[in-house]
Amino acid sequence: MSLTYHLQVINLLAALLLLISFAMLSQRRIVGLITLFAWQGAALSTSTALVAWSTNQHHLYYSAGLTLALKVIAMPWFFYRLVKKLDVDHDVEPMINIPTTMLIGIVLVIFAFNLALPISQMSGTVMRSTLGIAMACVLLAFLMMITRSKAIPQVIGFMAMENGLFFAATSATYGMPLVVEMGVALDVMVALFVLGIMSFQIRESFDSMDLKHMEKLKEL
Amino acid sequence: MEIYWVLGIPLTGGLFLALWGSRRNAPEINALFSFLTLIAAAVLTARIIDQGPMVVGGEGWFFIDSFNVFLVTLTAFVSLTTALFSRPYMRIEKEHGRLNDKRLRLYHSSYQVFIGMMVLALTTNNMGILWVSMEGATLATVLLVSLYRTPASLEAAWKYFILCGVGIAQALFGTILLYFAAEKVLGSGGTALLWTHLNGVKEQLEPTVLQLAFVFLLVGYGTKVGLAPLHNWLPDAHAEGPTPVSAVLSGLLLNVALYAVMRSKVLVDGALGNDMAGNLMMGFGLLSVVVAAFLIKRQTDVKRMFAYSSIEHMGLITFAFGMGGPVASFAGLLHMTMHSLTKSAIFFAVGHATQKAGTQVMDGIRGLIKTNPTIGWGLMLGTVAILGVPPFGVFASEFLIITTAMHEHPWATPFLLLALGVAFAAIFGKVQPMVFGETELPRLPHMPALAPVFVHLGLVLMLGLFIPPYLAMWYRQAAALLGG
Repeated sequence: MSLTYHLQVINLLAALLLLISFAMLSQRRIVGLITLFAWQGAALSTSTALVAWSTNQHHLYYSAGLTLALKVIAMPWFFYRLVKKLDVDHDVEPMINIPTTMLIGIVLVIFAFNLALPISQMSGTVMRSTLGIAMACVLLAFLMMITRSKAIPQVIGFMAMENGLFFAATSATYGMPLVVEMGVALDVMVALFVLGIMSFQIRESFDSMDLKHMEKLKEL
Repeated sequence: MEIYWVLGIPLTGGLFLALWGSRRNAPEINALFSFLTLIAAAVLTARIIDQGPMVVGGEGWFFIDSFNVFLVTLTAFVSLTTALFSRPYMRIEKEHGRLNDKRLRLYHSSYQVFIGMMVLALTTNNMGILWVSMEGATLATVLLVSLYRTPASLEAAWKYFILCGVGIAQALFGTILLYFAAEKVLGSGGTALLWTHLNGVKEQLEPTVLQLAFVFLLVGYGTKVGLAPLHNWLPDAHAEGPTPVSAVLSGLLLNVALYAVMRSKVLVDGALGNDMAGNLMMGFGLLSVVVAAFLIKRQTDVKRMFAYSSIEHMGLITFAFGMGGPVASFAGLLHMTMHSLTKSAIFFAVGHATQKAGTQVMDGIRGLIKTNPTIGWGLMLGTVAILGVPPFGVFASEFLIITTAMHEHPWATPFLLLALGVAFAAIFGKVQPMVFGETELPRLPHMPALAPVFVHLGLVLMLGLFIPPYLAMWYRQAAALLGG
């Protein structure tokens, strides 16, 4: 009885996750993007905690906590500070044709559901139906990375991809072994640190965070 | 026990140099840590030769067999010679004003962390930790690629960071799928991702899931191997980073990434019972060889050219492992060793040559044999060796790969021969004037420290003429582990 109720909430959160992915795809402003990213992390963390509670998988509490600490608090805070320090918060990215991007996104979602279908049928978890959503989130984040030309949105796309993968792990297998999850979290933190240093270096030598200036290294 | 030393020394070194890396004798300390790592690796190797494969620590965190202990030794050895090379090299870079103490501290510290991460990736038994340490190795080198802070180097570092990040995210998904399949057989928890456990039950793993997992793992780790069409980051990172970094990226990191692919392949082969994994690897490998050979032709930057040559050779090794079988796997392992030693030697020589000429553009480097015979001969011999001219070891491994290909996959032979021919003509044609061309420049007043170059080339030459029986045994054992 209560499991079905939990399941509905988890499915709702999964839908929210997908919705936020689309919102990120259409968001032009960096600050808005960061807020959306924080919300995505919050949805992920809540759903992980709910799964942990409803299926008694205690190690999932740790990963929910890690997500909360890293993706909802630390990273958005870090990104906000970075944006402020680099003074790029009024940057509006002139994106080419949001409707087209959205349409491609829809195609990706259909593709992801098809890809996930055989696996979710084999899975024994309560939330196997959300695997398609997880894969869709990964692909949408990937699309976002491709369509952006600025450094911080690219990295947010990268981190959103990590969110999708994390959600996939939870829905297919109740999360990876704890030691691996800790390792991944550590890598994410180091990546963030490296990004912080690099964005200042980029700013210094290009006078902008726009990666369009980076077109020197090309074949042909 | 030795395994903790092999892992602990470079990581301690990284920490130590992060704190005291701007000292005057930091380069010596860096080399000392690498030397200690090599000793520990040698002891570990002796132990493995003596007692056979072993699983160490807790629930079996580390697993060492002939295959990875050979790569650990190679990694430790090349890291030592590179540290020795970088000692005078980086000092001259500092005198030229391209580096300062702060950046050198970053360099020394990251260098040791990078070595430590690669050793961890090689020795861990956990496929998840393998992923974590591969990503760790990438992150440790991102800031090294941008060490000079020039716009081009920043661009290269950014590309490296993002492309390898995305690539490795695919590998994470592959690992998740692997865990998904493993959990059904081994139950959930930390031990389900241990390679030794997985290897024991590989026939029971769900084939469809593993098939999908392998595609993701191959694409993910293949990005780091530099397989075409995922190779875009590689030439930039190699060309724009400092030369010692190019040498270890090309000589070591690519091997470690390929190691990750091979570990996955053994599992997938067992689960599927067909050649799917091998065929995919052969396809990617062959494509890389051909694409790289034709791109070599149009390069003007010497480090970029040799970076493409690395793609070509990694493609060849991937192709050999894809063919499978005792001879091809043996040849692949041999080629891995030869490529590591030769390519790092070439980068050492190229480093000195570009430093002296003040440019990486090949047209600007002429007549090395007159201005500095040691660099000239080093570069020439290295080039001849990497191109597979007979007495050198690269010839032996390439010969084995091509004859096996002729025998088992005749359709691939024309492509391989064509690509090797094109690469030969292109590289030789470009290096020859650099070494023997006319120049007005005076002789270099001081002798460059090129001992590592000749040590590497000497080893390659020796292995080309004669492989000691115990070494051949060792390669055969490792090849057997790869399903030969």
